[in-house]
Parts: sequence; C-alpha cells; structure tokens
Amino acid sequence: MPRDKKLIYLINTGLVLILFALLTVFEASGVFTRYSMSIVRLVCINVILATSLNVTVGNLGQITLGHAGFMSIGAYTAALFAKTEVITGQGGYYIGMILAGICAGIFGIAIGIPVLRLKGDYLAIVTLAFGEIIRVLIEYFDFTGGAQGINGIPRMQNFSVMFFVAVICVTLMYSVMTSRHGRAILAIREDEIAAQSSGINITYYKTFAFTLSAFFAGVAGAMYAHNIGTIGASFFNYNKSFDILVMVVLGGMGSFTGAVISATVLTVVPETLRQFNEYRMIVYSLLLIMVMLFRPEGLLGRKEFHITKVVDKLRNKFGKQSIEGGN
Amino acid sequence: MTNQVLSCKNVGINFGGLQAVQDFNLTIDDGELIGLIGPNGAGKTTVFNLITGVYTPTEGEILLSGINIIGKMPHQIVRYGIARTFQNIRLFDHLSVLDNLKVAANKDMRYSIFSGMFRLGGYWREESEVTDKAIEILDIFDMGKHAYKYANSLSYGEQRKLEIARAMATDPKLLLLDEPAAGMNPTETDELMDTIMLIRNEFGITTLLIEHDMRLVLGICERLMVLNYGQILAEGNPRDIVNDPLVIEAYLGKGE
Repeated sequence: MPRDKKLIYLINTGLVLILFALLTVFEASGVFTRYSMSIVRLVCINVILATSLNVTVGNLGQITLGHAGFMSIGAYTAALFAKTEVITGQGGYYIGMILAGICAGIFGIAIGIPVLRLKGDYLAIVTLAFGEIIRVLIEYFDFTGGAQGINGIPRMQNFSVMFFVAVICVTLMYSVMTSRHGRAILAIREDEIAAQSSGINITYYKTFAFTLSAFFAGVAGAMYAHNIGTIGASFFNYNKSFDILVMVVLGGMGSFTGAVISATVLTVVPETLRQFNEYRMIVYSLLLIMVMLFRPEGLLGRKEFHITKVVDKLRNKFGKQSIEGGN
Repeated sequence: MTNQVLSCKNVGINFGGLQAVQDFNLTIDDGELIGLIGPNGAGKTTVFNLITGVYTPTEGEILLSGINIIGKMPHQIVRYGIARTFQNIRLFDHLSVLDNLKVAANKDMRYSIFSGMFRLGGYWREESEVTDKAIEILDIFDMGKHAYKYANSLSYGEQRKLEIARAMATDPKLLLLDEPAAGMNPTETDELMDTIMLIRNEFGITTLLIEHDMRLVLGICERLMVLNYGQILAEGNPRDIVNDPLVIEAYLGKGE
C-alpha cells in the first residue's frame, strides 16, 4: 500500500471517529434529545439508501425508480428472519441484515437482467412498475402479513451500531467503485459503445451495479425494519423511491460524498421545518427548486469531496510536495 | 498463410433488403498498414462494425489469426485482439486520461469484486501494475503530463491521440482506425501520421485505417483498398490506385 494512501485512510478513519465521538457526546450531554437521536438514526439509513441508489443512477448512469422495492424486500426479509427467532440479539441483527441484502440482491439480478436492456425513460418507468409489483405482492401474500404488515419486530436502535454499519456500507460501495469493476461501470456511463469496444462486458457490469445497489438497499431496509419495529408495504411506495432519487440528484449524480451530504440535509430539514406546519412542504420544495436552479448538476456534481485535496492544499501552503492522483 | 492476421472471405451484410456490403474479401498480413477508402456511404464503417462484432455478417466468414470470430460479442472480439477507434471521438469524458487506459486494461485484470471491495493484496498489485503499464503507453504517446486530467479537457488532436492510446492499451494484434484525421488541421494531421508510424515502429501492430485525407493515406499506407456501394472497386499500391480511372470515376463521376 503506498504511503500516501495509508495517510489518507488514517485521516479518513480519524474524521469518522471524531464525528462519531461528537455525536456520542451530544447524545450523552443531552444536547441531542431522544427525538434528535431518532433523526440521526434515520440519517444513517437514508445515507445508505442514497449512496446505494447513487451506484445505479450516478455511476452506472441509469435512472431507476424502484429503489424502495429493494428496500422493502430487505425490510421484510429481516423482519421475517427476526420473527423466526432462530438467532436473537445482536448476532441475529447482523445475520438478518446480510440475509436482507442477499435477498434484495437476488431480486436485483432477476429484475436487472431483463430490465437493463432498456435505457433512459423506458428503464425508469419499468423499474417504477417493478417497485410497485413488489409492493403489491407483499400486500397479497399472507406470510408477509398482507396489508397489515409485520408488527413487533425486535427493536434495534443502537446508534453506534447503525452509525458504523452506515460507514462500512458507504466505504464498501466507494471502494468497489474505485476498483477496476467500478471503473468499468463508470466507463459504461460515459460511453457504452466505447466501453464495449474496450473489452467491457456491458450486460455483466450493468447487472452487477444494479445488484450491488439492490444489496445495500436491502441492508438499509433491514435497518429500517429493526429501527421502527413495525413495517407495512404501503410505506415502500413510489414516493419513497422518489425521495431517495431526490437525495441522489440533489447531492450530484455520481458523487458519494454528495449523496451522503444531501441525504443528511434532506432528512434533517423536513424535521426541523415541522414548526412551520403546513408550510413545511412548500419550504422543502422551494429548497429543491433553488438548488436545481442554481446548481443543476447537484451540490457536488460528479466530484467527490476528497480529504486528499484538503491535505494537498495544506501541504502546498507549507511549500511541501503534493500528493499525486485522486481517491 | 502462417502470419495472416485478418482474413475476410466473401463477407456481406444485408439490412432488410439493402445490401450494405457485398463480397468483401480482405487479407491482412502481420505488420501491414492498409488504408480503406471510398466515397461517403460506401460501407467503410460498416466493414469496421462487421469486423468488431457490432454487426453480424449475413454471409461470409471473418478469421482472426485463423479463428472464426463471427457471432462473438464486441467485448469478446477485443479479447481476441482487435481494437478500434471511432469516427466521432468516443472517450470516457469524465474519467481521467489514465483511467481511460485502465478501463481498456480491465480485460487483463483478474482480481475479484471481493478483492476490490476489501482492498486485498490482488487489488494493490494489479492496480499498480496496470497504472505503470498505462503510464508507459501514455509516455510513448507523449501524453504522460496529462495523466490526471479529465479526458474532455484535452485538445481535439490530443483526444484523438488518447483514443488511439486507449485502443493500444487493450494490447491488440490488429488496430482499426476510423477516420483518425477527421476534423484535423494539416499540422495535427502531420502529428497523427507520426503517431501512426510510432505504433508501427514501437509496437509493430497491424493497422487498417479508413481515411479521406489523401495526404495521410498516400503518406503512410502500404496498400489501399477502395470500396464503393459496398463492393471492392480496386485494390493495390496507393500510387496506382489514385490514378485508376475506375476510382476517379467513383469519386468524381464520369467526364463527358
């Protein structure tokens, strides 16, 4: 591992730990109320959702509107697994989460292979339809609790666990996207024909990106189910898919840091605006319109906020050699 | 016969009644530099698309070093050793110049998704190998200084050069260049000719190119092939070809 990379990893880990420490201190000292902490937990879930959708929308460049469908598969898998009480407690939570991811991933492959032959608007509409099909099927079957959903899912509201799961999920997605597989996916976004004639198997990588995205949506769904304790199919309708898509578009399609920031903002803002009651949605929509007017490419565009660049600037300031390359 | 890189035998394609290419025969020996010319709409790019697997010929066979490549997907054909560039530049605009080349090297990389995800040993080893190799290629093309710039920030001539460099990064046996000099001024064309000669001398790659710029074609091609209405009109030494009455007629029409 090159030395500079090591330094960057250290800095990034340090920053994450500082953020975690800050939040813990806020929680312990009572600056953050129980209510605030519930929003922080929601932020963790939405960050995973937004970054996982960013993989298909931002990196693969295919607009999909069925993300809530994968989330619901994850949520129901985890809920049903927890209900069987084969493994309880923390261990059960993690296993349920991985199972949720795998289940959503399998659906991702099954839906992805036929659907990804389409592009643009057509793909968006077909994925929207698949998302709705999943929701309707969940309501139809008995083992999913039908329209009543599932109640009494063991609660798991440990903030530190959710925080680190979110950090790990984002890190894993980011590291895949900066490996050779991620490069192939980005190449497909840039130019499919050129990617193909550079030896990239388009079908394989499109399905892979779609599946990866579904996997982490499933994980987020599992976290959601354990956080709330009650799930119903109606929550996972297309509005939820749009919410996630808005986070990605607002943050800048293709930017992980952008998705993280906008997921945070778009979770916190509607909650803080609660005091304005009925004007809440107006303010929220105005905010979206403003961002799209003044930064149509999203907050960060395609760029990532790299700690490397900050270190670079600091080093340049002190007249030392700069770190080469990105990431 | 032994060192034949590409051989097309009676290749033809029919688009719903329109015979775009018919009875196309071409053999390219190892190390040759061949030009494919013809009036607009003659089917030159269609020939490229047939060879690279974008279209499947309706008749005939295409052999690459004796292996039949008909019916293979474009990305598989790249693995067999055919690389191409495009008439209108197709780069990965928002990737760095270096990453453009690394995408092309993807087919030779082996580390798994898992290894990339958790940054295992294979990732570091192969990534640094491929980066070194890509920078080596960039240096040969004198583009090392641009390695970390976005591909779309390069000048037109350099983008053309990068497209060729990217094709070279797939480690091909045969390189297909589709109108590399399109839209270039004379100076840029001169540089391009140097680049193409460089490929020949440094890598010894067999090249087939489509071009309208006769200065370039006459300057570097060893053999020319003229295509008109999907059929071969003439073939041979460049100097003879440009004086061939049939070829002149195809380009300019018949004098009264």
